[in-house]
Amino acid sequence: MTNTIADVEQADTIIVIGSNTTENHPVLSSFVKRAALKGTTLIVIDPRKITLTKHANKWLRQEPGSDIALINAIMHVIIKEDLHDKDFIADRTENFKEFCKTIEKYTPEYASKIAKIKVEDIIETARLYAKAEKGAILYCMGITQHTTGTDNVKSLANLAMLCGNLGIEGGGVNPLRGQNNVQGACDMGGLPNVFTAYQSVGDDNARATYEQNWNITDLSFKPGIPVTEMINMAAKGEIKSLYIIGENPLVSDPDLNHAEKAFKNLDFLIVQDIFLTETAQIADVVLPAHCFAEKDGTFSNTERRVQRVRKAVEAPGDSKADWEILCGISSRMGYEMNYENSEEIFTELAQVTPSYKGINWGRIEKIGIHWPCPDINHPGTPILHTKAFTRGKGLFHAIDHAPPKEMPDKEYPFILTTGRLLYHYHTGTMTMKTEGLNTLAKECFVEISKNDAKKLKCKDGAKVNIASRRGEITANLQVSSKAFDGTVFIPFHFSKAAANRLTNAELDPTAKIPEFKVCAVKITSCE
Amino acid sequence: MGNTNSITINDNIFTFSSDDTILNVAQRNNIDIPSLCHLKNTKPTGTCDICVVEIQGSPDLVNACATQASAGMKVYTESLKVINSRKNTIKSMLYSGNHNCAIRDFDADDWTEFQLKVIKDDKTDDLCPVWGDCELQNLAYKYQVSIKHEPLSECKYDMERVNPFIIRDFSRCILCGRCVKACREIQVNNAIDFGYADGDTKIIAGNDVALKDSDCVFCGECVQACPVGALVTEKTFTKQRYTTLGKVRTTCSYCGVGCQMDVFTQNNKIVEIKGADDELAPNNSSLCVKGRFGFDFVASPERLTTPLIRKNGTLKEATWDEAIELVASKLTSIKNEFGSDSLGVLTSARITNEENYIAQKFTRAVLKTNNIDHCARL
Repeated sequence: MTNTIADVEQADTIIVIGSNTTENHPVLSSFVKRAALKGTTLIVIDPRKITLTKHANKWLRQEPGSDIALINAIMHVIIKEDLHDKDFIADRTENFKEFCKTIEKYTPEYASKIAKIKVEDIIETARLYAKAEKGAILYCMGITQHTTGTDNVKSLANLAMLCGNLGIEGGGVNPLRGQNNVQGACDMGGLPNVFTAYQSVGDDNARATYEQNWNITDLSFKPGIPVTEMINMAAKGEIKSLYIIGENPLVSDPDLNHAEKAFKNLDFLIVQDIFLTETAQIADVVLPAHCFAEKDGTFSNTERRVQRVRKAVEAPGDSKADWEILCGISSRMGYEMNYENSEEIFTELAQVTPSYKGINWGRIEKIGIHWPCPDINHPGTPILHTKAFTRGKGLFHAIDHAPPKEMPDKEYPFILTTGRLLYHYHTGTMTMKTEGLNTLAKECFVEISKNDAKKLKCKDGAKVNIASRRGEITANLQVSSKAFDGTVFIPFHFSKAAANRLTNAELDPTAKIPEFKVCAVKITSCE
Repeated sequence: MGNTNSITINDNIFTFSSDDTILNVAQRNNIDIPSLCHLKNTKPTGTCDICVVEIQGSPDLVNACATQASAGMKVYTESLKVINSRKNTIKSMLYSGNHNCAIRDFDADDWTEFQLKVIKDDKTDDLCPVWGDCELQNLAYKYQVSIKHEPLSECKYDMERVNPFIIRDFSRCILCGRCVKACREIQVNNAIDFGYADGDTKIIAGNDVALKDSDCVFCGECVQACPVGALVTEKTFTKQRYTTLGKVRTTCSYCGVGCQMDVFTQNNKIVEIKGADDELAPNNSSLCVKGRFGFDFVASPERLTTPLIRKNGTLKEATWDEAIELVASKLTSIKNEFGSDSLGVLTSARITNEENYIAQKFTRAVLKTNNIDHCARL
């Protein structure tokens, strides 16, 4: 997030797009709902009539995969009605003119046909956002999990820059990170192209710093392969071994039938986890790890706040902390890694991570600090880009709409969009161990509109077969007012009816994120 | 400083700002004015009458939570009149319901009968589940209020235990309304409200249905707000009362919000999780259903406890030495035969920063490849 969670309540207008906030970030959603209760204008843009729409002033229902057309049209109206922030654009940004040329053709009428949203709703949304003194944008995987995911995000950044809503309290472009430490995993260089703090592996200075600090030579300057491509390379035999930590790709990956073949093609699969997950079951070696309640360390949350994790209970059996296991293997392979404790590791990482340099465990004993925090006296940075952007001037990207890679047709007439439920978490490895959560969300279902159920001649609860070009599953229909005609929703948590047997593994060319939010399926009754 | 923005509480002078209530000023200056209905960051309701204070020159006591501080005001928070009023209020609360704890006079000849009745209602042979951790009990003790020889009041409404997490015990409810505030003004789930009127008042979900059939999402904010034993978790009933409770402040391990929470343990097992301080970012003590209740996985018998190695097609238990030796030798031989870029590591958005750092250090420095990624995209 460019801004903080608390900051959401300071906004005059909030746009929530592609985020089912009440189910996926429940506590953060209460900040949004409280803001709406106190008079903030809330606009929810989502293909489903999610719970948050009950608190919203407006709900715009866009056709899945039409976000760029919609956002461009909103910006078209803002420019046409002269509501843009000219000072901000002149002082802080570049490429505005080029950008305007692209926006020109995205009239509300044109976008209305693509996004299937009324012209007047597009115009009103543009005015509500542009006229707000402080406008915040919140988004999540409804924006990113498309083959145009990167462009979707850039479009939102364009919109925020157009109205000068960056670098101010109550504004910002705020991605809501899904997993407890997905921010930290990225910050720590758990990515193929960067070291910690997003220092490129191709940067000679960065490599030199690391080589010196780690007392080695020959760090590779060649960017590695993203997870979604590693799977394809495993299938082709180009990746021989995978070491998977705390992850269950055999439920969470797109096009599971393909992923399964790829994993089975590996020479050697290592899985380090707290349970014998679907993925661990096919491993050659399984290494038992500690869970969050059994170790000390830090997580970095969605607002870039580095916070302490503390040991509350002793871990079961012979399991070990993830770092201890890795250090053991490293030492056995001839590179000694010995640390007294997790804090010692933090001290080392802070030295080579500019944005964490000023943080130590003592400073975050009571309350976490937002990075960047470059030195020990720095208070941290709750709001990013207050004076300049990382690259200096903010760049307007001229972006055109492109449809999803697989659209419904005669054979596969429904759009399938996948997501999560309040009561479960990712592949359910943890939440499905709490009986109460299973009672509240027992099994997979297909959320469908009343009209579509009628067309299929199926009643609520009917058992159906759902098939895509890649696979099929069986689940019960759930007729719901959340669903819109033509689009069905399936939660992906449940391995017995894994929605990812159906999803499309087509990737966004830059972020390599799969198009989980749109693929074509057909539904037939099993009864 | 003139008295335009100052107020006297118990003969000490304090400053205030224009939207301060008497309660705000007192709390800021560590003066304890008890309240059972006030919930921080919500609009005051003034329903419990416990926070009454005396203002010099004013004939009636006022509620500190709902009275604006004004210049020159002289407030007394523990005068005889105040204390007597609080005693009467506490007494009337104790008349209603199954308050079976030390504030009920054990020597009274109706104690046994009363306790037997409550045991039947609770389906447990213990005292009230929040005994020792109850704001009403604390106040009764502080003001030395006990009740005896009072007729046993019958609660009109049965205890609700049909959902997996939250027990609603209407007999112990003092109708303070904190749960309603927590639900409607803090989490804004709008699942519960006051229902019926006069002597029949009850906190209802929807049109007086069970929580599981209402808009309730089991965040448990109401349980944390409840000052008495009217809202408790299922686990509170099974917690062993006399075993030492450990308490550790940590960060939730589910979504990216990073809620701060207090984990309570007994016999090396998590028994309860509560939101941390109400002023601590990012969550100001709020949690969701997963964070508050979804901790059974930690002590699950299905946890992995020893390394496993595949032998003849099946995973068999192994020692750490065997497992590490196998991993190290396999990775070395594949690296030597097919090159570093034939290896890949998927680190995790679930583990700590320190561990992610070590995972990428291992991948880059030892395996000599940049093939490291995690599930951020999935």
